[in-house]
Amino acid sequence: MEKKQTEEGGTDRRKFLKLGLMTSLTAIAGTSIITNLAAQEEEKEATGEVMRLLTPDGKIVEVSASNINKYPEALITPEESRAGIPDRKFVMVIDLAKCKNARKCVESCQKEHKLDYHEEFMKVQLIQNNEESEPYWFPKPCFHCDEPPCVTVCPTGATFKRDDGIVLIDNERCIGCKFCVTSCPYSARQFHWGHKEKFDDKSVPYSPETQVPAAEGTVMKCDFCPDMLRQGLLPHCAQACPEGVIYFGDKNEDLVTNGQETLSFSKLINDRGGYRHLEHLGTKPNVYYLPAVDRLYPVESGLEDQDEEIIDRFKNVPYVQELKKLGKI
Amino acid sequence: MQLNNRKRELVKEFSPMLEKTSLLTKIWIGALISIISVGIYAFVIQFKDGHIVTGMRDNVVWGLYIVNFIFFVCLSYSGAFISGILHFFRTPWKNSVTRIVEIITVLSIIIGPVFILLCIGRLDRLYFLFLYPRIQSPITWDIIAIITDLVGCFIYLYLTFIPDFAILRDSPDLKLPVWRKKLYKFLAINYQDTPDQRKRLHNTTSIMSKMVIAMAIVAYTVLAWIFSLTLQPGWNSTIFAPDFIVAGLYSGISVIIIAMYLIRKYFKLEKYILKSHFIMAAMVLLVLSLLFGYFTFSDYFAKWFSHKIADIDLLKTLFGHYFWMFILANYVGFIIPLIILSFKKLRTIKLITFAALIAVIGLWLNRYLIVVPTLETPYLPIQDTRPEFIHYTATWIEWSLSFAGIAAFFLFFTLLIKFIPVISMSGIIDDERRKLKTKETGNQSISYK
Repeated sequence: MEKKQTEEGGTDRRKFLKLGLMTSLTAIAGTSIITNLAAQEEEKEATGEVMRLLTPDGKIVEVSASNINKYPEALITPEESRAGIPDRKFVMVIDLAKCKNARKCVESCQKEHKLDYHEEFMKVQLIQNNEESEPYWFPKPCFHCDEPPCVTVCPTGATFKRDDGIVLIDNERCIGCKFCVTSCPYSARQFHWGHKEKFDDKSVPYSPETQVPAAEGTVMKCDFCPDMLRQGLLPHCAQACPEGVIYFGDKNEDLVTNGQETLSFSKLINDRGGYRHLEHLGTKPNVYYLPAVDRLYPVESGLEDQDEEIIDRFKNVPYVQELKKLGKI
Repeated sequence: MQLNNRKRELVKEFSPMLEKTSLLTKIWIGALISIISVGIYAFVIQFKDGHIVTGMRDNVVWGLYIVNFIFFVCLSYSGAFISGILHFFRTPWKNSVTRIVEIITVLSIIIGPVFILLCIGRLDRLYFLFLYPRIQSPITWDIIAIITDLVGCFIYLYLTFIPDFAILRDSPDLKLPVWRKKLYKFLAINYQDTPDQRKRLHNTTSIMSKMVIAMAIVAYTVLAWIFSLTLQPGWNSTIFAPDFIVAGLYSGISVIIIAMYLIRKYFKLEKYILKSHFIMAAMVLLVLSLLFGYFTFSDYFAKWFSHKIADIDLLKTLFGHYFWMFILANYVGFIIPLIILSFKKLRTIKLITFAALIAVIGLWLNRYLIVVPTLETPYLPIQDTRPEFIHYTATWIEWSLSFAGIAAFFLFFTLLIKFIPVISMSGIIDDERRKLKTKETGNQSISYK
């Protein structure tokens, strides 16, 4: 796209639009055509200037100047947030072998998104694959699917899929029909059921990239922290994890990092048997999991030093019920 | 001339229904209005405080409102379907019931969508549906289908009303306030019952009766798709669209039987609504109960037999937490009507009505079991959340609004049959005219011999 544009100097507008239409139709099913066209047009304004940068693994790459921190910490309006960060394809890899339910990801996410104690974009579940295997801790953000059922069913286009793979919600457009909540097979979405004082705090203007301030009667979910990504920082959950469970990166660059080490995404997935949860549903998530093999911590450690209330959240899991019976927790 | 006299006779016969309001009716209307007022109060609370006042929470985001929505809309579609078929085949016994069916159709298509509005978090942004429409969303399809159906049903109902409005306009003896007479005159749009007008009206009504059937099927299917196009276990099923049609017809016929019973009893219309009407409706209900049982069984049986984990989780919820409701909805709601309607001896008016009542309650519970338990058993187990988020219990706000919806249905029905006779007068005249004609032609053919 970008190349073609620079070659022709953006003169052949009709051809450009046609191409944009075709790309958006094939690449991003379900996203509104109009939204995509708007996105392409913004790209068109790029100057074509090229900058040379050093990647974390020591390679020198050429990047269009327009892509670099176009909005450092600036406000991204709902309109701008539909475009996505150019030339990116964000991906998350969660290493289940290292997770011990420390809940730092949950807490940091809640703090930065100004969520209440009971509102979690990131949930940590206790999953058991089969009767023989031990359960494991399973951090669950929004999967930012490439075939997002939530985006398809939205009647107003309030939730949308961006070119960089992120699925966001514009809560100024949302009418609160909750169809997206029922259509998400991963239960990633939550609803603002009543009014809260924090909604009135308009000191920061609203942006779908931060979801602050939230609004009553609209939906919310994990957003992959695009405001951080624009600054070249990791999402809050990945930064906060003491075990480096959460890797985040760009599929186009084939790199993911947890802040401590930077790895090749494809190599990591292939070497460690990476998989996507409920692959058979065909939603094509952008969150990958590394199986819980050679675990660093026993499962019970996730329930130690936790509030009674937190332990109570897992009371329906047979494993936890057994632990309780044995008096271990 | 003979027919004109007959018209006058009919108006005279039905005039007490239109002219007087008995004390009992007044009490009835008063009671309905007070139920609706409680509902309006509940709505004000919900509008002010948000959906936090309902029992819906993050997992079960759809509750009683959606159940009522699909129940009422199903009712309406089945009404349209049945009345379309009655017109289409010129069913000889239709005159006594068509008007009841048509009124049920229009009222429930008005009340049903109100419930979906109650379920919307931001009513103030409702116009966004038209400002930023996305044709990919099944909700948009549903809006288009419901609006089309609403308009279609209205036109159809009005077309069948026109000749009766004309008869009422031409009856100066009626002791009615002037505004009502003026209204009849206005609504009759100068229909004089000339052969030409009659033919045109007949053609239009007959086209609309076919259209209404088609629209009902489309709208029905789209409604079912709201559920079956998602990936959720229990919803993502190809049988949903036909199942909604059959289940809707089942509840529709049942409500018609109940309405027939009440109207017959209250207005003493034994002369018009005959036992044979009940028997015929009972036969239709019998067939539909078998179909309903068959569809429900196929759906759950396939889930049980193939035992995918998500399906089994759903069945465990249905047979655990919802055991009695499941038994009532899918066993009692199907077997009791089946037994009553199968035996000739049991097919009395009262028992048929009882069977219909059981069918309606069973079907409402069946809709509840479609919506709520599925949301309680998602693919990923509900964990790391507040315990009160796991199960859904409707609050008084939701219940009072549900009852307000039912009360509004009865109220509008009562008011409408005070405005126009519940038995189609023009239908009776048409029938008699047809009989007269066949008699005449019959005589002619004899004389030609």
